[in-house]
Amino acid sequence: MRFFLDAEQREFARSLDGLLASCDTPAAIRSWADGDHGPGRSVWARLAEAGVFALAVPETYDGFGPLPLELAVAFEGLGRHAVPGPLVETVAAAALLDRLADERVAADRLPGIASGKSIASLCLTSLGPYALDADLADPVFVVEGDTLSVAAGSGPVQPSADPGRRLSRPAGGTVLARGPAVTAAAGYAADVAALATAAQALGVGRTLLARTVAYVTQRTQFGVVIGSFQAVKHRLADTLLALEFAEPLVHGAALALAAGDDGAGRDIAAAKVTAGEAAYGAARTALQLHGAVGYTDELDLSLWIRKARPLRDAWGTPAACRARVLAG
Amino acid sequence: MDLDFDAADEVFRAEVRDWLAAHVPSAPLPSLETAAGFAAHREWEATLAADRWSVVSWPEEFGGRGGSLLRWLVFEEEYYAAGAPGRVSQNGISLLAPTLFENGTAEQRARILPAMARGEVIWAQAWSEPESGSDLASLRSTAVRTKGGWLLGGQKTWSSRAAFADRAFGLFRSDPDADRPHRGLTYLMFPLDAEGVTVRPIGRLDGKPAFAELFLDEVFVPDEDVIGEPGQGWRVAMSTTGNERGLTLRSPGRFTAAADRLTTLWREHGAPADTALRDRVADAVIGARAYRLFSYRGASHVLHDEGGPAGAASSLNKIYWSELDIALHETALDLLGPYGELADHAGESPSDGGWAEGYTFSLAGPVYAGTNEIQRDIIAERLLGLPKGRR
Repeated sequence: MRFFLDAEQREFARSLDGLLASCDTPAAIRSWADGDHGPGRSVWARLAEAGVFALAVPETYDGFGPLPLELAVAFEGLGRHAVPGPLVETVAAAALLDRLADERVAADRLPGIASGKSIASLCLTSLGPYALDADLADPVFVVEGDTLSVAAGSGPVQPSADPGRRLSRPAGGTVLARGPAVTAAAGYAADVAALATAAQALGVGRTLLARTVAYVTQRTQFGVVIGSFQAVKHRLADTLLALEFAEPLVHGAALALAAGDDGAGRDIAAAKVTAGEAAYGAARTALQLHGAVGYTDELDLSLWIRKARPLRDAWGTPAACRARVLAG
Repeated sequence: MDLDFDAADEVFRAEVRDWLAAHVPSAPLPSLETAAGFAAHREWEATLAADRWSVVSWPEEFGGRGGSLLRWLVFEEEYYAAGAPGRVSQNGISLLAPTLFENGTAEQRARILPAMARGEVIWAQAWSEPESGSDLASLRSTAVRTKGGWLLGGQKTWSSRAAFADRAFGLFRSDPDADRPHRGLTYLMFPLDAEGVTVRPIGRLDGKPAFAELFLDEVFVPDEDVIGEPGQGWRVAMSTTGNERGLTLRSPGRFTAAADRLTTLWREHGAPADTALRDRVADAVIGARAYRLFSYRGASHVLHDEGGPAGAASSLNKIYWSELDIALHETALDLLGPYGELADHAGESPSDGGWAEGYTFSLAGPVYAGTNEIQRDIIAERLLGLPKGRR
């Protein structure tokens, strides 16, 4: 029993954090929202170089995965820096193709994902009609019933509450595979997506808390910094509490997935609902304690605030996750 | 990173499980907040101690097994899963013993710990005073130097277990002229049947005398019952309060077992279509898992000497378990519907799993061991770096 990140995993998190801190991700999101994917793509390329996508791809296809725990560590970092793009969808697509065990399809698609050349998206129609960033992703995978296809195009972008998320309905397409293997692989991909989303939410929550703590220690009212008021302190203490107890759930779920435990799906659902609610709570707190300036889109904080709610609901709503926890 | 127990841990777990299966009383013991229940629980402590299961993490010379924190967590998990009785020695084991291990003399350890492990001497804590709850530095009861020892005076209150216990421990003001209020305090132990001690049991919300007021009038305590240096009581007490707030008071086994019982109750009620209630059951299950993983991670840090859940981090722990405990019990009462309000001793109460008594006990969680408001201040100031302010 040794249940904390080892030196190598911590070093990976640190170096990824350093890399992303130098990327000006807020500017990348704002461009992304306007349909200019250039800066976002260059962040993507650097992430690929750091090995982030290879974590989801097995060695046979030029990756060094699947490594669920390292993926969780990476996605917490992606959340901390609010990196835009179909990050979760890309690693979930890799998981799906890996699990499908169709050598031709895997050899055709996975090396591109590992190297970062291929930005993928994924839509499981049982969970919702939209694919994230389908207007730029190539390929866009769609699973409907027991059929996996690659979409030929996408419908018009539907604005999301989060400007960094561009939703559209995939259209048309070529069938890649059919049958129970697709259903099973899609279920596995949904678990990987939920885990990555939970980790991403955790990172979003951490940044919201850190920025809010920094703000309340410099903003003054009634002649003192507002961080000295007990009502403010207690709300931030609760925010930290929620994040601190969500983290071991996320890491524990990643270990369960890596070990192929029967209960991994349930553990991931528990992690997803807890991390999602913790991040959303952090967003509500951040908005409240920043006051009116927190309610503007001028402050970069808004990029994290607006991410929290969609991440809470994507790849498993809280109600769906709670039902799964009790499904046994 | 690895969540698996090694083979030796699994052997230990199996040994605990077998022993409990053979020894846990088939019917629940009477409430330990009654004279008869207290006596029955003392006997249970002796049974545990006879096979060295009462204090698994203590050194063998005092009746323990020298087990690691991890082994203790495994023991607790099995203990609660087996539905074993609550521990009447809890105050002594989790509050006084760690202090003695850290600050006591060899003579004190030899004299006090084995008797505590066997349930022969049950300890009550005597921290709070009528004007001094969370702010222990303001306490007023006194210890005055006399030949060969000290004379205690004043009043203590909310003294858990004191209605039926044998001895108590607490802080007393020994130097009223000290320059800072938390200096000049001394940590002392005294018998509850000593001359000059009056114990007045106080009924808690369900009327059971779970705590008491203590009136002290020139109670003599010999020097051998001072822990640490006179005047250093605050430092001595603070060195171990993390134990109370953190792992040792509320092991995850308690909540894992309660969440399992809650899930069973939910299924027995036909897994009601009420999704609001379903979500609360799920949250209790998730909360118990989160607490378990958080605790194991903390223990793992301690074992690998990477810093543990000490100091301010134990405040996170304390808030979490106390709020989880209430949520668990409230959800159970709601599942019981019209039977939820029945107390355990009501003839028709279906609460044989102890939900009613457990609920009453859970309500005290956010109050004792440092109120949750105080814990939130500690978290904000020490973990988040926010400035101290007026309370």
